[in-house]
Amino acid sequence: MPTDAKEDLPLRRDRSMWAGVMIGVGVMAAVDEIVFHQLLAWHHFYDRAGGTVGLVSDGVLHAVELFLLIAGFFLLASTLRRGTASAGAALAGLFLGAGGFQLFDGLINHKVLRFHQIRYGVDVVPYDLVWNAAALALLLFGAVLAGVIARRRRRTGSGTRAARPDA
Amino acid sequence: MHEHPGTGPGFLLLGALPFLAALALYLAAAAGVWRAGRPWPVYRSVLWSAGVVAAALGFLNPAAGPTTGSFPAHMGSHLLVGMAAPLLLVLAAPVTLALRALAVGRARRLSSFLRSPPLRVLSHPVPAGLLNTGGLWLLYTTPAAALLGSGAGHAAVQLHFLLAGCLFTNAVIGVDPNPHRAGFPLRTAVLLAALAGHGVLAKYLFAYPPPGVPTGQAETGAYLMYYGGALIEAALITVFCAQEYARAHRRGTAGGPVSSRVSGGAAAARRPAADPPVLRRSRRAPEDQRFR
Repeated sequence: MPTDAKEDLPLRRDRSMWAGVMIGVGVMAAVDEIVFHQLLAWHHFYDRAGGTVGLVSDGVLHAVELFLLIAGFFLLASTLRRGTASAGAALAGLFLGAGGFQLFDGLINHKVLRFHQIRYGVDVVPYDLVWNAAALALLLFGAVLAGVIARRRRRTGSGTRAARPDA
Repeated sequence: MHEHPGTGPGFLLLGALPFLAALALYLAAAAGVWRAGRPWPVYRSVLWSAGVVAAALGFLNPAAGPTTGSFPAHMGSHLLVGMAAPLLLVLAAPVTLALRALAVGRARRLSSFLRSPPLRVLSHPVPAGLLNTGGLWLLYTTPAAALLGSGAGHAAVQLHFLLAGCLFTNAVIGVDPNPHRAGFPLRTAVLLAALAGHGVLAKYLFAYPPPGVPTGQAETGAYLMYYGGALIEAALITVFCAQEYARAHRRGTAGGPVSSRVSGGAAAARRPAADPPVLRRSRRAPEDQRFR
């Protein structure tokens, strides 16, 4: 059973969680590409407003996201094979990665650097609010999940799985 | 179309010759090695054949020719010749096959040629990546684009991208013996830089079409380069990660259950990740040993 096999591992050193973060970032980037570029066509392949910096940032992010998505799955497979996989930690990482990327996109790319906006030709404020609120919700859920797992691990102590009170 | 030199059926036949030769040589070597009692994996022959076909399609596509070509067709050729074909050809381990098929003297000459200083420099990930992605940038953002206007120039550019693509792919995910393989972090960095360079160039071509290319064609070509490129890049990243995964688990790092494959020892751990166990167990010929 690949659930919380490593009770004593601090969450920040749990590879399951980092695999989740990598996949979360990659999945959110793919959602952005598929939903907002392809399906809704709100985003553009190239945005004049972003200029050269926006262009470079797009290309670099694209490469990093693709790599993180694939490498994340291999890292997860690696923890499964080692028997150190933790479904909870991976799920927490997934939400942290997805929310973190969404918030980075919403605050840094859209607002601070102003590479591109969520939609054009409309009042963008409600879109920004929904976008960033969704990002915060994902991030918060991931953080709560991570907190619960970290607490449970601390309580259970060094690998004494039998002593775990719940579950 | 036939009035253009370099696109007629006669040219196509002549142009197909090097590809047919590459195919015949590989398959003959594989058959020879097999007859000598050392099975050569069939999937490698399949990879080589697919790679040769991809390269030939890219090279010989008349729609991408120097005088008849549209920009999207040209970009399709670039994806085939510079990215898809190298990925397939490199995974077919042609050098390993050659070393096994050749007589000892010739194999020794081949291996010392491969270890010569110029080739060692070129096969390092950084120069290989620069030749590959840097060459692409030079072609599309400088007057070098004029090369594409003539038949010979176009063929030279295609050949450059096939060779540079093979060098780069081999530096990142090569399965042939490589005594100086760069470490995982450097290969990751170069891979990411090359992917980013490719994506940025695609967007750049969308924003600033090369001289003489109509906006619509530049945009279609840029889409193809970006999304078509991403598909091949995804395959490249998957192989890259799979190799590292296999390597990590063959080493049997502390903490995890000891892998059964660890018994192969250090020599086995250094063997190409994709090599099937049957080859790893087999007695290695001296020509393989010289690389280690």
